Order: sequence, then C-alpha cells, then structure tokens
Amino acid sequence: MHWRNTSTNYGLTSIALHWLVAIVVFGLFGLGFWMVGLNYYSSWYRTAPDLHKSIGIVLFMVMLLRVLWRFVSPAPAPLASQGRLTRIAARLGHSLLYLGLFLVMISGYLISTADGRPISVFGLFEVPALITSIPDQADSAGLVHEYAAWALVIFAVVHALAALKHHFIDRDATLKRMLGRAAG
Amino acid sequence: MLKKTLAALVLGSALVGGQAFAADYAIDKQGQHAFVNFKISHLGYSWLWGTFKDFDGSFSFDADKPEASKVNVTLKTASVDTNHAERDKHLRSDDFLNVDKHPTATFESTSVKSTGDGTADITGNLTLNGVTKPVVIAAKFIGEGDDPWGGYRAGFEGSTTLTLKDFDIKMDLGPASQTVDLIISVEGVRK
Repeated sequence: MHWRNTSTNYGLTSIALHWLVAIVVFGLFGLGFWMVGLNYYSSWYRTAPDLHKSIGIVLFMVMLLRVLWRFVSPAPAPLASQGRLTRIAARLGHSLLYLGLFLVMISGYLISTADGRPISVFGLFEVPALITSIPDQADSAGLVHEYAAWALVIFAVVHALAALKHHFIDRDATLKRMLGRAAG
Repeated sequence: MLKKTLAALVLGSALVGGQAFAADYAIDKQGQHAFVNFKISHLGYSWLWGTFKDFDGSFSFDADKPEASKVNVTLKTASVDTNHAERDKHLRSDDFLNVDKHPTATFESTSVKSTGDGTADITGNLTLNGVTKPVVIAAKFIGEGDDPWGGYRAGFEGSTTLTLKDFDIKMDLGPASQTVDLIISVEGVRK
C-alpha cells in the first residue's frame, strides 16, 4: 500500500491519521469527563488535567499536519455510486468534524492560558499564552469547550453510523476504503 | 449683634473643626482604596490568598457614637482572583461559589459593639452562595480626615472567619481548609 492517497484509495498516512485521531479524541473526551469529577485529594487530580492538556496540544499539532496533508495528498474521488446529495452531505459532515475538532482544541487552550500562563506539554516544552483579554476568558472558553466536545463526539458517532450505513445498506466501498481494503 | 453671632459661629466651628461627627461614606471604588481579601490553608502547608476585585458599598460612622455605625457591602462573586485562571474558573463553578446562580454576596450590618479604643465587633448578615447567616467582623478604625482633593475620608480594617460548610460550599478541601479568613480593608469618601 502507498503512503499517499490515489484517486481511488486512501493511503497509509490518511488511514493511520484518521483512526489515531478518532481514538485520541474519544480518549480525551473520556478523560475530560472523568477528570472534572475528581476529588481534590485524588492522586489523579493534577495528573489527569496535565495529560489531557498535553495530549490535546499534540493532537492540535497532528491536526495541523493532517490539514496540510489534505493539500499534499487530496482525498480519493467520491464513489461513482454516490449521488450529488450524498457528496454534499459528506463534504459538509467532514467539514463539521474538522471545525468541531479545532473549536474544542483552541477553546481548551484558551481556558488554561487565560491568565497568561503557558501550557506545559509532558514537561518537555511549553506553549505560551497568546490571547488573554477575552472577557471572562476561562469561563467563556470553558463553555465553548464543553459544548463543542459533546457536539463533536455525538457527531462523530453519527459519522460512524453513516459509514456503517454505506457499508451494510448501500454495500459500497466507503468504509472499506478507510480500512485500507478497497478495490483499486 | 451680627458681628457677635459671626464671631460665635467662627469660634464654634474652630472648636468643632477637626473633630469627627456622624456621616455617610461611600466606599472608594473609583480609586479602589478598598480590598476584600481572603486566605485559606492549602493542605495545611501554606496560605492561599485571593481577592474579590469587584465590590461596592457604603457605611455610616460617628467616632463619638461608634455603636450607631452601619455598613453595607455587595460584591460580585465572579470577580474572585487567586492569580490562577484554572483555579479561579473552578472557584466560580458550582463546586465553590456557583457564580452563575449566585452572582453577588452581601453583608448588611445589624449592630455594632465597641470593644475598645477604635475597635468594634460588627454583627451583620452575610449572604454567600445563597445562604444568609449572621457573622461578626472584628473591626478597627484606622483614621479619618481631609484628603488633598477636597474630600473627607475614613478607613477601617476588619476580619472574620467563615466555615465553608455553613454557606453550603460543596467542595471539601480537607481538614486543614474547612474555614476561610476574610481580611477587609476599606476607605470611604464622605458623601
């Protein structure tokens, strides 16, 4: 299999990025959901948010690469069997997923940097605060982060159900392509 | 007759001038010569200090009759600041101050008892996190007089200790942190 996408198939890079990001996003959602309920005396009280922020920043960097990769190696053409409405819905849906991802990540960053403090990424490097003057920044960004995260995971589930619909009902190669097993 | 009355008035005011008398003061919010600070033990290992940046109020004070004094303060709970964005966000949440549901906290004095020269216990109702309870603030008069800009000011400091659970604060921060000390310093400009 190739690293790059072809006109009919996804390459290894896109496939790996897709599934890795999916796992990390659901992992971060679970971690975030769990960590806000921690008691002050839990040994995870500081570790969990530190991990959540570190992984989130790395995810942001990976997503930037992913956007770049889309230009370097555009996605394969839509399947011939898919009509105009399906193609529009697919474009819209995937754009919403990208938008949701960046909304969640950027709002999260704005919470922790609201007082000018940088975010430490696994203790290896720091991401400085760039914006600190949004009114009630930590709270406003917090609301956006929470709602966007829920919207993202719910829509990701819809996205997964759509893929299953294509696979089991339409019986087309949509899901197979993202599993690296499609017809050439 | 007029000259005598005038002389008496001038003499009288010369005697009275410089002495305190009952007056109403507005807390100097414009110049922010007022602070509502607090400290709470962190794990029993150090003091965590914070402040409420947005509050307003007034007091009436008579140095000759301190027990007739009154004080009213209203503060915006969302203005809490402990110099840490994530901590302050947590403090504003329903684990602590629940600022969305209770955006203000108020203190209204009900009685003042002199406890010595320039000190008094101010009893009043504190409404915090939607709970109203009587508290006693140990107050100390610092000074009063003319300011260089045409005003007349008086200043106090006060302190009290609150038990978090008394005000339905949900989060339990451990045995060393059940109470928080309020340390208040206000200057009022005579109205």
